[in-house]
Amino acid sequence: MSALLSVTDAHVAYGKVEAVRSVSLEVGANEIVTIVGANGAGKTTLLSAIMGVLPLKGRVAFAGQDLARLDIEDRVAIGLGLVPEHRELFVTMNVEDNLELGAFRIEKSRAKASIERVYTLFPRLKERRKQLAGTLSGGEQQMLAMGRALMGEPKLLMLDEPSLGLAPIIVADIFRIVTELRASGVSVLLVEQNAQAALKIADHAYVMELGEFVLSGKATDIAANERVAASYLGFQHEGTSVL
Amino acid sequence: MNTTIMLFLVQDGITNGAIYALLGLALVLVFAVTRVILIPQGEFVTYGALTYAALASGQMPGTARLALAMGFVAFVLDLVAARKSLHGRLIARTFLTNIVLPGIVLAVTLYFAGQKPPVAVAMALSLVIVALIGLSLYRIVFQPLAHTSVLVLLIASVGVHLALQGLGLLFFGAEGQRGPAVLSAAFTAGSLRFTGQSITVYGITIAFIVGLWLFFGLTLYGKALRATAVNRLGARLVGIRTTLSGQIAFLLASVIGALSGILIVPITTLYYDSGFLIGLKGFVAAIIGGLVSYPLTAGAALVVGIVEAFSSFYASNYKEVIVFMLLIPVLLLRSLAAPAVEEEKD
Repeated sequence: MSALLSVTDAHVAYGKVEAVRSVSLEVGANEIVTIVGANGAGKTTLLSAIMGVLPLKGRVAFAGQDLARLDIEDRVAIGLGLVPEHRELFVTMNVEDNLELGAFRIEKSRAKASIERVYTLFPRLKERRKQLAGTLSGGEQQMLAMGRALMGEPKLLMLDEPSLGLAPIIVADIFRIVTELRASGVSVLLVEQNAQAALKIADHAYVMELGEFVLSGKATDIAANERVAASYLGFQHEGTSVL
Repeated sequence: MNTTIMLFLVQDGITNGAIYALLGLALVLVFAVTRVILIPQGEFVTYGALTYAALASGQMPGTARLALAMGFVAFVLDLVAARKSLHGRLIARTFLTNIVLPGIVLAVTLYFAGQKPPVAVAMALSLVIVALIGLSLYRIVFQPLAHTSVLVLLIASVGVHLALQGLGLLFFGAEGQRGPAVLSAAFTAGSLRFTGQSITVYGITIAFIVGLWLFFGLTLYGKALRATAVNRLGARLVGIRTTLSGQIAFLLASVIGALSGILIVPITTLYYDSGFLIGLKGFVAAIIGGLVSYPLTAGAALVVGIVEAFSSFYASNYKEVIVFMLLIPVLLLRSLAAPAVEEEKD
């Protein structure tokens, strides 16, 4: 069976500077795949380009369909979702309106059921449903961003640094929900600086450095890799040098 | 000055202010959604007014032909833009909205042109014609420029204003026109006389503001428009097309402009170039509202109308000067209150 998302030999450039070089990756159905790497490695750039926010050279196929001619809105319509690093919420609108708009491309009858599902996943959002998105705490905003993306019924949800700047207890909550998503049939492509947490829940992992993938494999193998452990997981094995 | 004159001036000011409020709201809406400062808003006013006046007096307005011509250009642009992924449904849709619809409107206009149609028909036709022009204008000029800076959009906007004004002279000639009143009834309350027209102005303004409020607050498309104004990338990420929001914004702006024109033209003689100054007063209100706040804009528009009425009584030579001078203290205050803003980042 072919992968849900497959990226082949992707390059993304800001003007003359290539931020992503010759990257290939695959995400299968019902799979959590994570890309770990330091700040500035090009992870966010790669996700944005897969979504169509930035131009990408190379081949991206989703559910067997070439994405080259599809713009962001078309990609949303065929089941690709992105929760960007800055969340991009509609801050002057309330939680419920944000969620309702998440289902802009979905039939109204189905959207009603979706909103209940999102409220079950994030009970906090239900409590705050009449509150303006801009007045929510960081963790709640992250939940709302994820909830809004889920309203679009994505087959693949791309999460860009969902744990950034959040308290550990909320991070744990968000990672628990990511695993629940997989159980409900949504694949997840997760970009994280918090490599330890990401590798714990992921099936497959890629390590990105300076715009390229330097390692890939099963998440458990990557987590056990000494080089990765030294540079991203914060502990050092005897006798290994730090990169 | 006695109370009667004062009341009369206030009444006059509120009638004008109501129109400026509509125009100001349209400007805020278009700017928030598309970042275009809509200088041709005034042309929507004159086109609406003069098309209505022409139809009512049994003439054929050139704007109906312009709507079809612009629709044709928009159709070609749509085909070129989609050349790599052309499919039947897309062609049919753009053909229907850009060619068939203006074609039918032109045919209906030709049919009614010689025979002085009833006021309601003339009004409806004028609104539809200007709405079609507004939609095509977005498609032809502003949609291809959607990713450029506010400055580029402003320059394009000035260009469109000049072009439409020139076409206005071609279509309607240099003479001023007046149209028939929408309502001819009138009644007197104390020393004040309310004409049917001024009551129509109040009624339609209030209905439109309530309608817009409901549209933005309750409907999915209204919310989508607000979402685009708040966060363009966020809106795209939920699948709301920027072009769709732009179309709705331009559609509303052109209908509001044309409607304002139809409401004014029975009260004031309008020339092909009168729209600019009228639009500018809506713009003053919109600026006072900071180009973001709808209630502030509507309130400011009433103040503009009343100040204008009083200054035309006391110093009619300076009436425009006084109205536009309202901007100076507002801008000063705003510049003091707001922190320095950096150049827009997108």
